[in-house]
Amino acid sequence: MASVTLAGLVKEYPGGVRGVDGVDVEIGDGEFFALLGPSGCGKTTLLRTLAGLEAATEGTVAIGDRDVTRLEPGDRDVAMVFQDYALFPHMTVTDNVAYPLRIQKVGKDERAARALETAQGLSLGALMERRPAQLSGGQQQRVALARAIACHPQVFLFDEPLSNLDARLRLEARTFLKQLQKSLGVTTVFVTHDQAEALAMADRMAVMESGRIRQVGTPREVFQRPANTFVANFIGATPMNLLDAQVVDGRLDLGGFTLPVPDGFAVAEGDKVVYGVRPEYVTAEGATADGGVPEGSVVGTVSAVENLGVHVLVTLDAGEQSLRAVIPEADEPDLGDALTVTPAPGRALLYRADGDGELVGS
Amino acid sequence: MSAAASAAPVRSSARTLAPARTVATRSLVYAGVCVLVVFFALPLLWLVLTPFSPAPSYRATLSGFTLDNMAKLFDNPQTWPSIRNSLVLAIGSSVLVIALAALAAYALSRVRIPGRDQLLYALLLLSSIVTGTAAMVPIFLMLFQIGLIDRQVGVVLVLSGGLLPAAVFMLKDFVDSIPRSYEESARVFGASPSQILRHIVLPVIRPGMATVGVWALVQVWGNFLVPYVLLSDPAKQPAAVVMYTFYDAGGQPNFALISTFALVYSVPVVVLYLVVNRRYGFAFQGGIKG
Repeated sequence: MASVTLAGLVKEYPGGVRGVDGVDVEIGDGEFFALLGPSGCGKTTLLRTLAGLEAATEGTVAIGDRDVTRLEPGDRDVAMVFQDYALFPHMTVTDNVAYPLRIQKVGKDERAARALETAQGLSLGALMERRPAQLSGGQQQRVALARAIACHPQVFLFDEPLSNLDARLRLEARTFLKQLQKSLGVTTVFVTHDQAEALAMADRMAVMESGRIRQVGTPREVFQRPANTFVANFIGATPMNLLDAQVVDGRLDLGGFTLPVPDGFAVAEGDKVVYGVRPEYVTAEGATADGGVPEGSVVGTVSAVENLGVHVLVTLDAGEQSLRAVIPEADEPDLGDALTVTPAPGRALLYRADGDGELVGS
Repeated sequence: MSAAASAAPVRSSARTLAPARTVATRSLVYAGVCVLVVFFALPLLWLVLTPFSPAPSYRATLSGFTLDNMAKLFDNPQTWPSIRNSLVLAIGSSVLVIALAALAAYALSRVRIPGRDQLLYALLLLSSIVTGTAAMVPIFLMLFQIGLIDRQVGVVLVLSGGLLPAAVFMLKDFVDSIPRSYEESARVFGASPSQILRHIVLPVIRPGMATVGVWALVQVWGNFLVPYVLLSDPAKQPAAVVMYTFYDAGGQPNFALISTFALVYSVPVVVLYLVVNRRYGFAFQGGIKG
C-alpha cells in the first residue's frame, strides 16, 4: 500500500494538444480517490499516465517513495480495471484471474488455488470454468476486480468501473465496490463522468476541466463549497443557481431585486460577482398577502414545475433573473404562483465574475 | 473449397394466391436455376461416378461398379510419393504463411506507419502477379540463380510469397477487432510484448489463423503451374503435376487413373474443410465479443 503523488504532470500529444495540463495532487495511503469531469477533460488520460500506458511529457508520478515516471506499466505495481473489463475471451475465469500470477511465474497449482481464493471472496467460486462470454455484466466486472486483486498491487486504477452496468446493478455495484475498497484498504483511483458516483464512493475527489484540476476535496466540500463556477455548475443533481450581481450600496444588485452580501465574503463597492446558491439550499413559501418582501428573500413567479419524485424543482422568474428551487412535493405550486424564496443562511456563495470564476476570498 | 451454395428459401406469401404471372416468372427462374445446378453438378457427378466405372470415359454414367481402378492407382509407383509431395508443399506453405502473416498482421494493425493501407492494397494487387503466369519466367530465373530450382523449398517460398499479402490482409482484420484494452491490461500486469502476442493475440485470432491456414493449404494443393515449372524431378512433383502425366502409350488420357486419382486427391481437402469448420467455424472477419 502506498500513497500516489503527481507533481506538475503534463501529457502533451503530438500537435500540442494537452490531455493533462499541469496536475499536482497527492492521494493518501488507502484513499478512495475519484477523478471526475465531463468527457474529454483528461481524466482517463491522467489515469493512463498514472498506469504508465501513456508517457508523461513533463512532471513526475510517484507511488509511495518510488518515482515511477519512467517505469513500464508492469513495473509500477498497479492493477487496472478497464471500462470494458478487458477479460481475455479465450480464457476461463480461473485463467483470467490467475493471469497476473502467470506473468509472475507462479506455479500452475498455486495459481489456480489463489485465483479460487480471490474469486470466492467475490462470490465467483461457482463460475471458475466459465468463459467471459458466459457471464453477466456484473459477474464480468467482479472477475475483472478479482484479477486486479489477485496480483496484490499497491494501487488500484479503475476506469469508469460502473459505466457498463445497467442502472439498478450500478447502485449495488457502487456499494459493493466501496465496501471492497475499505476492506482491502488499497489506495484506489477511479475515473468517472458521473458526479453521483464520485460523491457516493470517493473519500476525496478531483474535479477536472480541460486537463487541469479545478478542485480537490472531500465530496462534502466539493458539493457544499465549490471552488469556482465550473465546479458549482458541474456538481449537483440540479445545477447551482448562478446569478450575475453587482455590489451597490453594500448590497448585491441582481437586476430587479437585491440581497445582502453573504457573510464571509470580502467585496468592494462596484464589484461584479456571481451569486451562487444550490436549489436544494433555498426555501420557498407562498408570498405574504400584503406583497411585502422579507429581508434576505426574493419574490418570484413560478414559470415551470418539474417532478423529481419526493421533491419538485421549481423555476421562478424574479426581476431579470431566473432561479430554481427544490421544494417538498407537498408544497407543489401552480404555474404563475408568486413564491418567496429565501436562501438558507450560510449556503450562499460569491464567485468572481471575471477570470476563472474563483470563489471570492474572505 | 467453395462454400456450400444453399439456395435461400423463397418465401411465398401465405395468404394471397400468387397471380398467374408470378407463377410463370417463378417457373422460369427455377428452370434457370436447374440448368445452372446441372452445369455445376455434372463435373462433381463425374468425379464421384467414374472412378468406380468399369469403362471410364468423359461421360458420367452408371454402368456397373468396380474397384479395379482403385487397385490400378495404388499399384502405380507415383501415386503415394506425389501425394506426400503435395502434403509437404501445402503444409509447408500453410505454416509459413500463417506464421509470417500473423506477425505482420499484428504489427500492421498496431503500429502506425504512414501509407500503411496503400502498402497493403498495393501488395495485394501485386501478389496475384507473383504466382501468375506473367511472372513465371523471371521467377524461374531468380530461383535458378539462387539455386532453388527443382527444390521443394523454392516452390514453398514462391507460393507463400504469393499468398502472404492476402493472408496478412485477412488476418489484420482479425487483429483490428481485438480491443486494445486486452493488451494494455496484460501490459499493466507486467506481460512483455512477446507474452502478449503468445498469450492474448494469437489465441484470440486462432479462428482467423485456421481460416487462413486452410485457405493457403487449398491454394497450394490445387496449384499446378508453379510446381510444374519449378520442379523437374518426378520424385519431387506433387499430385497436381503427376496427374498430368497419366496418359497411355497412344497419348490418350488414362481415365481410369485420372478420375480415381482426382477423387483421392480431393478427399484430404474436403476432410480438412470439415474438421476445421467443426473446430473453429469459418469466419472472414473477427467479431470477438469480450
